[in-house]
Amino acid sequence: MVKVLFFARLREQLGVAEQTLEWSHSDTVLALAEHLVAEGGDSWQVLLAEDTVVAQNQCVVQRDSLVSDGDEIAFFPPVTGG
Amino acid sequence: MAKSLNDINGLIQVSIQAQHFDAGAEIKAIESILVAKGGAANMGAQALFVGLVRGDEPAKAELATSNSSAKQSLQGLDIEHYPAMTQSSIESICRDAYSRWPYEFCRVIHRVGYLSVGEPIVLVLLVSSHRKEAFAACEYVMDYLKTSAPFWKKAVFTHGEQWVDAKTSDADALNKWS
Repeated sequence: MVKVLFFARLREQLGVAEQTLEWSHSDTVLALAEHLVAEGGDSWQVLLAEDTVVAQNQCVVQRDSLVSDGDEIAFFPPVTGG
Repeated sequence: MAKSLNDINGLIQVSIQAQHFDAGAEIKAIESILVAKGGAANMGAQALFVGLVRGDEPAKAELATSNSSAKQSLQGLDIEHYPAMTQSSIESICRDAYSRWPYEFCRVIHRVGYLSVGEPIVLVLLVSSHRKEAFAACEYVMDYLKTSAPFWKKAVFTHGEQWVDAKTSDADALNKWS
């Protein structure tokens, strides 16, 4: 299982903060995002947007990072703290 | 003399909290920690940055026209974060700053939840031997905090709310450290 989190504007756009996904194989963050878009429909294309940030186990990663069973993947817009 | 990673962790204190903070009390608390550690002799400079909720965030066109009867003015910010990642990402920034300017202590506080205009959001207190490294490390921590720590601001107006967009000027600010 992979835990997937969505924050801020993305969470509101998608209407979901968290979901779990069966993930027994090894594949990339991009493949996971494409899977979510295929399942969720057009509004989920935002996951593939260039400025959407992805964190894997609380560290920012690129789209080619390999996702393993048990990982926590978070999608969020560019940060605006401080 | 630069310290090992384990030692560095004792020089970094990061808090994510909803409560108000008192910058003067934070300075006193760090001074007590350094005196207790016997490190007060190296304390030659303290650089303090406190960021406040500014009142001039403009409402975007769609929000401005959705209720034309009233002029939109900012009431405050609602700050969301990624709890599992926030603390560790700021600590990582503080460790990076230490590797450039080995300081005596770094204290960071970032508030979350709803904050009214004028309230403090963030504090970076950098204690070091000399002013140049205190200023530099303090600015470095703020620059990276703004561009990599997972916080998101939502501007709350008299009528409506909108997410604050990331500024390219914040990303550009990192160029001076490369």
